[in-house]
Amino acid sequence: MENTPGLFFSLVPWIVYLPVIGLLLNLTIGSRLGEKGVGIIAACASGLAFGVALLQVYSLNISPEGAAVFVANWIHIDKLNVDWTFRVDTLSATMMMVVSGVGTLIHIYAIGYMHEDVRFKNDVGRYRRFFVFLNLFIAAMMVLVTGNSYMMLFVGWEGVGLCSFLLIGFWYDMDTLGRPSFANSNAAKKAFITNRVGDFGFLLAAFMMFWQFDTTDFNNVFAAVGAAEPWVIIWITVFLLVGVAGKSAQIPLYIWLPDAMAGPTPVSALIHAATMVTAGVYLVTRSAPIYMLSHDAQYIVATVGAVTALFAATIAVGQYDIKKVLAYSTISQLGFMVAAVGMGAYVAGMFHLITHAFFKALLFLSAGSIILGMERGHHHLPHGHGDHGEVFDPGDMRNMGGLSKQMPVTFWVYMIGTIALAGLFPLAGFWSKDEILLDAAKKFPHVYILLTLAAFLTAFYMGRQIWMVFFGKPRHEAAAHAKESPNVMTIPLMVLAGLSVLGGALNLPGVHTLGAWLEHTLPLLPEEEVTGWLAVSWGGLNPYVALLSTIFAVLAIYISWLLYGRKPIVSGQPDPLKKMLGPLFTGMENKWFIDEAYRFVFVERYVDLARFLAQKVDWDFWHEWFHNMVIARGFVGLTRFLADPVDLGIVNNVSKVLADAVQASANSLRKLQNGFVRSYALSVLLGVVAILGYLLLK
Amino acid sequence: MSSELILFFILALTAIATAAGMITSRHAVYAALYLVLNFATVAVFYLMLGSPFIALSQVTVYGGAIMVLFLFVIMLLGAEQIASEFKMKTFLPAILLGAALIVETAVLIFQKVSSVDLQTATSVAEAAPAPLAEKLFTVYLLPFEITSILLLVAMVGAIILTKQPRLVIPGRDTEKKGARG
Amino acid sequence: MIPVNYYLALAAILFTMGAMGVLMRRNSLVIFMSIELMLNAANLTFVAFARMYSTVNATSVYNGQIFVFFVMTVAAAEVAVGLALIVAIFRSKQSIDVDQMNILKG
Repeated sequence: MENTPGLFFSLVPWIVYLPVIGLLLNLTIGSRLGEKGVGIIAACASGLAFGVALLQVYSLNISPEGAAVFVANWIHIDKLNVDWTFRVDTLSATMMMVVSGVGTLIHIYAIGYMHEDVRFKNDVGRYRRFFVFLNLFIAAMMVLVTGNSYMMLFVGWEGVGLCSFLLIGFWYDMDTLGRPSFANSNAAKKAFITNRVGDFGFLLAAFMMFWQFDTTDFNNVFAAVGAAEPWVIIWITVFLLVGVAGKSAQIPLYIWLPDAMAGPTPVSALIHAATMVTAGVYLVTRSAPIYMLSHDAQYIVATVGAVTALFAATIAVGQYDIKKVLAYSTISQLGFMVAAVGMGAYVAGMFHLITHAFFKALLFLSAGSIILGMERGHHHLPHGHGDHGEVFDPGDMRNMGGLSKQMPVTFWVYMIGTIALAGLFPLAGFWSKDEILLDAAKKFPHVYILLTLAAFLTAFYMGRQIWMVFFGKPRHEAAAHAKESPNVMTIPLMVLAGLSVLGGALNLPGVHTLGAWLEHTLPLLPEEEVTGWLAVSWGGLNPYVALLSTIFAVLAIYISWLLYGRKPIVSGQPDPLKKMLGPLFTGMENKWFIDEAYRFVFVERYVDLARFLAQKVDWDFWHEWFHNMVIARGFVGLTRFLADPVDLGIVNNVSKVLADAVQASANSLRKLQNGFVRSYALSVLLGVVAILGYLLLK
Repeated sequence: MSSELILFFILALTAIATAAGMITSRHAVYAALYLVLNFATVAVFYLMLGSPFIALSQVTVYGGAIMVLFLFVIMLLGAEQIASEFKMKTFLPAILLGAALIVETAVLIFQKVSSVDLQTATSVAEAAPAPLAEKLFTVYLLPFEITSILLLVAMVGAIILTKQPRLVIPGRDTEKKGARG
Repeated sequence: MIPVNYYLALAAILFTMGAMGVLMRRNSLVIFMSIELMLNAANLTFVAFARMYSTVNATSVYNGQIFVFFVMTVAAAEVAVGLALIVAIFRSKQSIDVDQMNILKG
């Protein structure tokens, strides 16, 4: 199948090879090519990967069943058989397109962004490393989405986790302002370790699959899972959910994502908005045949997703850093997606994944543009680098204001992104979110309620952000002098804005392009029996649900205008919500103290345990008591025993006795040699007498 | 009890007495003289055994040469007596051994050797010197020659052993080695 | 008609007495003389046997006597050398007491 002429399935390994070639080129000769050369190589690698993805889509159009392209043997031990096999079907092709497409745009953007960032942080040599890591990430993500078995998927899973660590901790020795600090490396560690907890769950699921089914290949597992016992299904799905919670930042393992904003903005856009965090959603979608067999599993996953969506939205309301708001927004939107695929609305979930990639990447990149604009403004302040006593944070929204006049292009694309995220007709977010809400209403009503509330809050905090950043008067000198970003950065923004506007066309109700596309790979939800207002359908769109969500969104934006837009806050003024909500707002501001709780319950206790083991067990008991008392003293005692009584006593005495005996015999024999001739003669005569006597007696 | 037997016993007694005298006399000269008497007695024994040549050479060589040499040396050295020579304590092992030796030889002689009567000189022809010389120079020529060399060696050895070392005084003896003694 | 055993017994006694002389005397000259006595006793034995065997074979009497001849010669040579030694020793030690010549004591 894969080598049929006219089809390009056999080219799919190149989607991994091309980014690897790119990173190897940059690694070896990149230092001689200069910044432009490095950026071009990396972007071309990503762009060519997008080309390969296009070829795959083209081939799938012709033959939608897809193909499995075998590349190499990997593990063949007893019953465990894992190969490097690339699976091309409509689902993996969708992911390939999203990752490489959005990835290429972000590569281009990063060329300009990093050019300024390394100069702001005074380390121009690190430019090349960034693009090496970015290409590595693309390669790992491609392995993840094209894997034909859970093991190969896990290789990519781990790879993107590693790249996340490397990229979050890119400025590992300085903070956002260039001062020496461990903040970034701590954030990277936090991401990696939290991810690890998720990976542990994933591995347990994979082990269960191997234990029960003797295989981890998708096809074999899906074929065997129908005959498995219910407890096996439940445990596999729950363990997979743990992995999803780690990678896609759901409760309780979402804590790493806000801290991951310490990385450069292109990283936040690519990894923590568009691609890596969606790996969990992809995983659940891919495992659809397993989830479809257990209603309880679906319930758990959907509920976790919905609760996360609402929880994160509440925190986003109280944040002041522009990227932190977007981070919590990401967590919230991921909650939407996880809830969708958990319920079984795979098409809705994937649709939202694609549209979210567009507008969230757009928002992040624009935020990066804003931050750089603030930095430019700060740099050009009349008094040089600003007061040395004051610490200037370019991402703090309380320092911004009136940027719509200073940075118009960024302002317009940001508006488009916000409207898309808030889910207003007719931008992309409206269609995808709406489908999720509809499916939720049909299947799990409590999920529907939670998601609706989360959508309300989403519109509210995005509105708050818009008023605070772009309207009113600048609250800081730097904002007043902010400058627009160069074309290399704004052009990708405009492309993404266009996609955010038109992205809804992917799966318009009634046409369901994406649905038909994915149908070849995914089992469709059986249609729920619904009655009443839920059953109304204008070609798949339920007007009541759509209307309700639109009303909520508009209402939220209006409230945010009342609070932040009508009377723009001035510098030094506390947030208006503080007076209104009081302690609730304190909780929102401080992320509901979850990080502190984790630190107290897990980290501190772990440190205590480590200290206990190190001090009491290892040092006091093992070293002091056991080694010193038992081993050292015992050994010394033994050696003393052997040395004194045995060696000195016995051995010495034995040799002494022997020597004395020899000496005594020698002394006695010496008396024969007394020098007197007569005694010698006596001995001779004695001998004669003896011999004679012997001869006589014989 | 024939006369020969009586003669034999008298001579035997004399021999033993002189031997005893030799080994017990404190004076070295007396001991030498006793020994001479012993040699003479043994010479008579040789005569009784029919060997006149041997008897006379015994007297000549032993008594005339050897004992004279002994006496010369005794008088040369002037060492006639040694104080506290006889200590009974040290004699005990020697006396015991001597007794053991006599007992053993007695057993040997009287039990192992068949007693054949020896004829006296009168009934058997005496051993004449001529056949003896003939035997000496024909059959036993080689030991004879070797013995002569032995005598030569002994003579040279005796001279060398008693040679006194020369004193070489530097300054006085340059070309000619001035000898003293 | 004297049995040869008597001669042998006499020779044995003389030999033993010579041996006693060697063991008991300290004067080196007397020791030397005792050795001569022992040699003499051996000569007597030779002659007695020669005479004994002459009854068997007429000419065999000479064998023993020639042996005695040689023994006497050797004894003479030995005395010469031995006395020379004693003189040489006397020169350095000024004594002929054998008990004083114990430098080889070990």
